[in-house]
Amino acid sequence: MSQKLILNIAKSLLLARWRQTLVAAIGVTFGIAMFIALLSFMTGLNKLLDGLVLNRTPHIRLFNEIRPNARQPVNESNRYKEDYNFISSLKSGNARLAIYNSGFIMQSLKKDKRVIGFAPKITAQVFFNYGTLDINGVINGIDADEENRLFFFNDYIVAGKSQDLKNIANSIILGIGLAERLEVSPGDIIAITTARGERYSLKVAGFFQSGINDFDKVQSYASIATTQKILGKANDYITDIAIKVKNMNDAPAIAKEYKQLYGTEAEDIQTANSQFETGSRVRFIISYAVGITLLIVAGFGIYNILNMMIYEKMDSIAILKATGFSGRDVNRIFLAIALGIGFCGGLFGLLLGFILSKGIDQIPFTTTALPTIKTYPVNYDPVFYVIGISFSLLTTWMAGFFPARKAAKVDAVVIIRGK
Amino acid sequence: MDNIVLEARQITKYFYDPVKVRVLNDISFSISKGEFVAVTGKSGCGKSTLLYVLSTMDTDYEGELLIDNESMNEKKEKQLARIRNEKIGFVFQFHYLLNEFTVLRNVMLPALKLDKYPEDEIEQRAIQKLEMLGIAQLALKKPNKLSGGEKQRVAIARALINEPHIILSDEPTGNLDKKNTEIVFEVFNRLAKEFNHTLLVVTHDTGFAERTHRIIEMEDGKIMRKQVY
Repeated sequence: MSQKLILNIAKSLLLARWRQTLVAAIGVTFGIAMFIALLSFMTGLNKLLDGLVLNRTPHIRLFNEIRPNARQPVNESNRYKEDYNFISSLKSGNARLAIYNSGFIMQSLKKDKRVIGFAPKITAQVFFNYGTLDINGVINGIDADEENRLFFFNDYIVAGKSQDLKNIANSIILGIGLAERLEVSPGDIIAITTARGERYSLKVAGFFQSGINDFDKVQSYASIATTQKILGKANDYITDIAIKVKNMNDAPAIAKEYKQLYGTEAEDIQTANSQFETGSRVRFIISYAVGITLLIVAGFGIYNILNMMIYEKMDSIAILKATGFSGRDVNRIFLAIALGIGFCGGLFGLLLGFILSKGIDQIPFTTTALPTIKTYPVNYDPVFYVIGISFSLLTTWMAGFFPARKAAKVDAVVIIRGK
Repeated sequence: MDNIVLEARQITKYFYDPVKVRVLNDISFSISKGEFVAVTGKSGCGKSTLLYVLSTMDTDYEGELLIDNESMNEKKEKQLARIRNEKIGFVFQFHYLLNEFTVLRNVMLPALKLDKYPEDEIEQRAIQKLEMLGIAQLALKKPNKLSGGEKQRVAIARALINEPHIILSDEPTGNLDKKNTEIVFEVFNRLAKEFNHTLLVVTHDTGFAERTHRIIEMEDGKIMRKQVY
């Protein structure tokens, strides 16, 4: 009852000066709206930029590196075992890029609970025949479905479909730069020469655009089976396994374990791309700093208005105290006023912020890096809305704190005797 | 004397600004139930100061104040607020009605704070009080639409809503013309006679004071005379 009465009085005081209330609430609304719009936009952009790296980079990559065997015969020999042996100009005798026992590795990865999925891969150096010219290029043999699921391959396809790699025999998706150089369009047949001198005909299934020009000028994708055929290898020939794990932060530890377990090289994403997190964190901090500044400014507006209201309402405070309202009750009335402004202003702010985000979402934005993105990226994470409303309540509470305390301390005798 | 509602024992109070002045000097008296007492004296004699000490709002004094035979000296701010709410009704020179609320709501506020009865019953009681004072027809108006005399009667209704043990009043007719002064006096008189309310009124209007039961006359912070009519 007491709570209800206090809220009722606060409401009446607010509505009696609704213009002032509106101005204060608009301050909060504007602050929250900008906070939401800014964060949605900034994190949307952040996600997009992080995605450029994260989407394409496996958390762990298993591969074989060609390097000389660590166990050299001279060291193994009993005769020279006690000696310190210098071997210069050591070359690798093992030219095998394929991962040993890849079938078994993939079987056991499938069972690993920490792994979301993996995509096997083969790389083949080829020449694309363009009239009498041979253009240097690379064919990546991929599993289109897994590549799409884990590394958003479809996002980079600008013509054709990635599924065609699987459905059409001997098909290839060319980098847009390469396609321009070869002057082909989807459906055309191109000829390639492998490193061993064999010639193949491949059907162009589509184009992709990664946004990195040099990459798009040499890279192309085909199915694993097609690539194995081009290389003349058996169907267990896999040179890379790209793995995505559930928790990215576990990647270094898991990579270490796989290196031991499978006897391959294992590179984790933290080692491969150590700097990308720094950028996104800085952008994150900036957007929060700006958003919070806006809210604090709105808070000062509320502080001013409440302070003024207390001077205006001295008489009311005095009589409330005379008729039995304690200092604490008066304090709560003014805090309720502040929070009322914060809550209403905040709610409208969320709405306006959402509308602004929607607006930003409509603005055209084209980037060669992400051909499927047509408008500015916006992140509609509900967390921002929760933070926004909590923060609007928090700042208004702080803005109301001192005025409310002042109101609680008003000496009724001084006011009443002054008349 | 039985039924003492309010008792002051050797109350002394100083003002410190700008110099130390003794505004109340060893004031002792008591008021019994149903009495209608006037405190008179010249401006600056300390009569209002005394009233605010008695009201429990001013706690900076020496001596002892008892309301309902209960000492107020050791009470905390919140307890004093509760006592004011429950046991004391106030009528000031200025009406102090909240313009944000209707007349009825203004009258109801102290009772809503007391929270002894459900809201609809409080509303009934408030209407009763307004009827008693002949202003029931104004119940749903905002106070700023009322005349001075009407406002003061609303303030009296508000003072009565919690059936206080004593009504304290500081110059209730100070802002009113003769006709309204008469009305307010009649109301006070009726409260004392018909409803057995206890009233303590500070006034410099001798005509008003002479018609009460008892006058306490003050000068320079001291009680000069106690007259009983």
